[in-house]
Amino acid sequence: MYAWIFRHLPGPLWLRIVFALVLVAVALVLMVQFLFPWMSHFTQFTDSTIGSADKP
Amino acid sequence: MVLQEKAVRPAAPAPRRAFLRGTVQVVGELLITAGIILLLFVAWQLWWTNVESDARQSQVIKEFAQDLAAPATTEPAPVASAPPAGAEDFGKPVVGTAPGHAGTIGIMYIPRFGPGYTRPIVQGTSQDVLDTLGLGHYSNTAMPGAVGNFAVAGHRQTHGAVLDNIHTLVPGDKIYVQTKDGFYVYVFRNNQIVLPSRTDVLEPVPTQPGVTPTESYLTMTSCNPRFGAEERIIAYALLDSWRPASAGPPAEIAAQVAAATGRS
Repeated sequence: MYAWIFRHLPGPLWLRIVFALVLVAVALVLMVQFLFPWMSHFTQFTDSTIGSADKP
Repeated sequence: MVLQEKAVRPAAPAPRRAFLRGTVQVVGELLITAGIILLLFVAWQLWWTNVESDARQSQVIKEFAQDLAAPATTEPAPVASAPPAGAEDFGKPVVGTAPGHAGTIGIMYIPRFGPGYTRPIVQGTSQDVLDTLGLGHYSNTAMPGAVGNFAVAGHRQTHGAVLDNIHTLVPGDKIYVQTKDGFYVYVFRNNQIVLPSRTDVLEPVPTQPGVTPTESYLTMTSCNPRFGAEERIIAYALLDSWRPASAGPPAEIAAQVAAATGRS
């Protein structure tokens, strides 16, 4: 899959390496911004309140 | 591009076997990716959320200090003059009005947690407050200095880990709360480990529902054990004294207050 993506990136080898790094960076940003905050709802160890955590 | 692809790909055996091999390869790569994402998630949760929250909380303290600095310029004289020795009784503490949700109440200083321990106290205990802004004040409990229970929650781990060292408090430790009205000095009394359903720790007299309070309590709640949330660790403290803002900060934390707010 990753080899397929790498083969389909345009340009010479150095440019494809740059593209690949950019894609990895974009994936990281998306994970930190959206995926991980969403995943953290399923971990228990951040709840520090008494009673209902969602109580304002 | 298509030509290139053909050139790089090894000679395919039978089409069915090639399809099977491709599928297995993609599934394998996806599984490896999922594993890497889970490892990254652990790093994000245990490390990166602290970096983000620490930065955000310093920002909240800076903004709070700016609000403090603004009214002080109109009356600089009483601030500059040192209070006379022995005049340490400032009467009944002034109780501020509660701000709206996510409004800053003040700053908490706990020397036991290190000389640099300054964390904002923000109204509300919802996730948006606790995850980024610092200690969350249970909005249905008293304000600092009021007779009753001033209760706050904070993360033990992740998102700044504001109460990570709550178990290291020793009876007699001072806990300082600075609001725009002044400084409230609480003295730590004891810890208690309870189940998350024990809402009676937030009562005006902690754990004694229906009793009319005569003293001012500070109750802090956090998760227990440190990397779990099966229980809650509660720290109780009692109001010892208070100083109006015009009298300046208590001598023991003067340096921390100056560092946190940019003025003494």
